[in-house]
Amino acid sequence: MLKPGSVITLDGPLGAGKTTFVKGIARALGILEVVTSPSFTIISEYHGTIPLYHMDLYRIDSIEEFELIGPEEMIDGDGISVIEWAHKVKDFFPERTIMISIKIEDDRKRTITVEGSGW
Amino acid sequence: MKILGIESSCDECSASVVEDGKHILSNVIATQIDFHRVYNGVVPEIASRLHTEWITSVVRRALEECNVSLQSIDGIAVTNRPGLVGSLLVGVSFAKGMALALDKPLIGVDHIRAHLFAPHLEYEISYPYLGVLVSGGHTVISKVDSFDDITVMGTTIDDACGEAFDKVAKYYELGYPGGVAIDRLSEQGDPCAFNFPDPSLHKGDHRYDVSYSGLKTAVINQLEHFRNGESVMSKENIAASFQKAAVMMLIKRVKRAVKDTGIRTIVAGGGVVANSLLRKELKNIDRTTVLFPSRVLCTDNAAMIAGIGYYYFQQGEYSSLALNASARVDAFRKKYP
Repeated sequence: MLKPGSVITLDGPLGAGKTTFVKGIARALGILEVVTSPSFTIISEYHGTIPLYHMDLYRIDSIEEFELIGPEEMIDGDGISVIEWAHKVKDFFPERTIMISIKIEDDRKRTITVEGSGW
Repeated sequence: MKILGIESSCDECSASVVEDGKHILSNVIATQIDFHRVYNGVVPEIASRLHTEWITSVVRRALEECNVSLQSIDGIAVTNRPGLVGSLLVGVSFAKGMALALDKPLIGVDHIRAHLFAPHLEYEISYPYLGVLVSGGHTVISKVDSFDDITVMGTTIDDACGEAFDKVAKYYELGYPGGVAIDRLSEQGDPCAFNFPDPSLHKGDHRYDVSYSGLKTAVINQLEHFRNGESVMSKENIAASFQKAAVMMLIKRVKRAVKDTGIRTIVAGGGVVANSLLRKELKNIDRTTVLFPSRVLCTDNAAMIAGIGYYYFQQGEYSSLALNASARVDAFRKKYP
């Protein structure tokens, strides 16, 4: 389902499993490195069968701030972009974006909703 | 032999002159913290712009403070990995320009290796030792055999240790910066109010690895589940119990590394090393000597870059003017076995 140029937004509260979800995508792309949280550097790049751009907007509060980081380069690039905490800048993303939200039901249960069009 | 060091990997703009890899002649650090405070963290674009504005005067001051002329510098060492690429590029480009104009050797330096080298500027330490680097961006337990020969034994498989402190503090509104706030609140809290779990990492070779994501989830989403009997749900108790779990997770792995390697010297570095419980517990590890660099050498600084740069310089390991900046270092990422 994912191909070069795919954009995925991931939302859900702290501890819902967003980074864990990205780890799964990375493994599917043959990325051997351990995917860690990019909250500190905001963007991490991994080299798999398709490049993976992992962004974390935990510390970003507006589209203006987000744009300062230069995300177009990745979103319009030939990799797969996954953006955690994306709801803060949701108007920024293209129509083809796949929106995933993770809801915590209880300690061991999550509900994952996938929405989008044009993919 | 005098090496000029330049460091701009994150939010510290720093330049330093170090003689013979040992004597710090100057170490100028201009911190951007006030510009990033409103964002609760470092904003990459702001960081690189400030570096561009500041770097000339920071380098000039580092030379003036120790009365060293540009011509009498023997080489230029610069952090080129890992860090924020935009920030790194400012230092790298500046250093390249100087190296070309002055016809001096250029040395690209790995920031993490430099952190693990930093204590050599203050102590006489013999190799090997265990290097424990704990900060907002890194959590590394390593075996250090020489300035350039470092084996990562364990690292985080998700969040960095300092990041967990920041996120828990932000969620419970404990204060900013999170690490300092939690440390302070913990003094009045009961560390046994909650029994947060230690991650059992059994997949592959994770003997020395830590995972802070699970602890973060437990503290934020499953507080009631880990409550010890009738303990009070106070900020102090949450802070103290979280701090204990976060610190002991790391200590357990460091102890394992001490036992397995038989190495008795531990060198600690990184911002989280300021945490009082972590310091105390590291000092308490049986039959080991723990060295803590002074505060200025724990944070990002150019003295450690110039210091380690000297050793590369001595071996003739120069970088070409094609030197580039890189956000990450593969060697510091463990792979799934």
